[in-house]
Amino acid sequence: MTPAMPGARARSPVIQFDNVVVRYAGAAQPALDGVSFDVMAGGMTAVAGPNGSGKSTLVRALLRRQRLERGRIEVLGENLEHLSQRQVAQRVAIAPQREDAAFPMRVDEYVSLGRFPRLGLWASPSSADRAAVERALGRAGVSEFAHRRTDELSGGEWQRVRIARTLAQEGEALVLDEPTTFLDMPHEMSLFELLHSLARDGLAVLIVSHQLNLLARFADTIVLLNRGNVVAIGNPAEVMRAQLLESVYDWPLVVTHDPASGAPALLPLRRPASVS
Amino acid sequence: MVHKGWHWLGAVAVFAAVCIAAVAAGAVPIPVSEVMRAVAGRGDASVVAIVRNLRLPRVVLSALIGAGLGMSGGALQGTLRNGLAEPYLLGVSGGAAVGAVIAFSIGIADAGWISLAAFAGAAAAVVLALLVARAAGRGGRGDPRTLLMAGVVIGAFANAVIMISLANASPNIIRGALWWMMGSAGDATWPAVAVLAVSVVAGGAALVYLARDIDVLALGEESAAALGVNVDRAARGIYLLSALLAASTVAAAGLVGFVGLIVPHIVRSAGVRQHRPLLVGTALVGATLVVAADLAARTIRPPAELPLGAVTAILGVPFFLAQLRKTA
Repeated sequence: MTPAMPGARARSPVIQFDNVVVRYAGAAQPALDGVSFDVMAGGMTAVAGPNGSGKSTLVRALLRRQRLERGRIEVLGENLEHLSQRQVAQRVAIAPQREDAAFPMRVDEYVSLGRFPRLGLWASPSSADRAAVERALGRAGVSEFAHRRTDELSGGEWQRVRIARTLAQEGEALVLDEPTTFLDMPHEMSLFELLHSLARDGLAVLIVSHQLNLLARFADTIVLLNRGNVVAIGNPAEVMRAQLLESVYDWPLVVTHDPASGAPALLPLRRPASVS
Repeated sequence: MVHKGWHWLGAVAVFAAVCIAAVAAGAVPIPVSEVMRAVAGRGDASVVAIVRNLRLPRVVLSALIGAGLGMSGGALQGTLRNGLAEPYLLGVSGGAAVGAVIAFSIGIADAGWISLAAFAGAAAAVVLALLVARAAGRGGRGDPRTLLMAGVVIGAFANAVIMISLANASPNIIRGALWWMMGSAGDATWPAVAVLAVSVVAGGAALVYLARDIDVLALGEESAAALGVNVDRAARGIYLLSALLAASTVAAAGLVGFVGLIVPHIVRSAGVRQHRPLLVGTALVGATLVVAADLAARTIRPPAELPLGAVTAILGVPFFLAQLRKTA
């Protein structure tokens, strides 16, 4: 495992959140209250934080399923508001947290849907499209079950197939919301290794995850959210501080170090028995 | 890949055979060999008249109804991500029935005006369902379940209106309304066929054009947005097109239940999953089913005619269950 190194491309921002404020209808507190950070090409940026801290709202804002009250989101220097939904999809590939495909299909058909933003409504897929699908299947390690049905996959296989679909989109950035839900340890590790190598190849990877210890080992930058605010941003050593995490998660914990890589690792403690 | 081609060829052949049988069979049986000649206007004058003025418009009307309902159901199931969705869902059937019943009860007997009243009722119900769903979804997400609820509730309201209007109506009006609700292609005329042809071809073509959007919408709203679809606008357009397509079939021949529900499942179980071929397939299979059902409706117990909507269900259910068993 090599430490995260800048990729071949210059490290330039691909997605920029600039003072983003989002408020759900009827809510007193905004779900995002002035969030700013950049997602750089050639690196893995992670968003972490407790439940309800605004992580998924960030992804919904990027999907434009949630209007911004203030601030702006830029993709490759262009304001999201000035791009069509299709143009955004050509630049940024997003795997939302939930996906309830209504009807099963073949894995390769599903991954081909990643080419949708690049096809006209009539044009049939070109050889370039098919090649992109092949590459995506190979890169995500799902080529061997390209002809299976999506409802016959295990949780780990399904997550990799979803990654393959986002890779087929061939955007500049990859955004994944909780991609390790339902995955066991080896699948979790291999997914993070895949994302890490994609970032090393120049992609901008934005991952929303609860797995702080994995983020600490793989991410270049961790953005820690709490109640819609960025409470810490920096490399894992800068964010993984016991006092900070204890106050954000409101739970006693210690931060130790991964014996193999030296990356910070969080260890939640049992609360002392209540005396009251 | 080869077997898929055979599926399509087989489906076209079955459709053609059913159509020829439907023109040939009836009170005056016509030999199959004469059917094509009569269609072209050659041969015995009375046979030509029966074929061209009675049976052919009926067959074409049935085919258009089946095609329209099949495509409407296929598009709605994909967009609503629900295999139980069907064309009458968004209040189409209830609204159309209210329109037709009101027309009957104020003494209108002309088929053209009743069609128009039914279409107006259906269109009003659909627009109402879409508006209710939109108002309910304001500020939040445009949840398809809200639309389903709106459609069901408006359907229930329409039923209440129908029952109240029929409660004190004369037996003749009740009989007419009831027969209309059971569906029939019996009054097919070429002008009615032409009107329905325009709406089925235009609406169907528009849905086939939007089919790739439906592929993506079937993944769920967030994934569809991630793939570049303007989810709310695209879904609304598809709901409206599908519902109006269904409304135009209801205006032409009353309620023909079940076709729009099972036909998409039949096509999907043949391995068709992308919505462009799926919609073409639902048009073909839907047309075949309704032509066959109409043939059965008028030949099983002549001279009586069975209600078309009931026959589609009686023919469709066993076929559907057999398919279900095969795929399970």
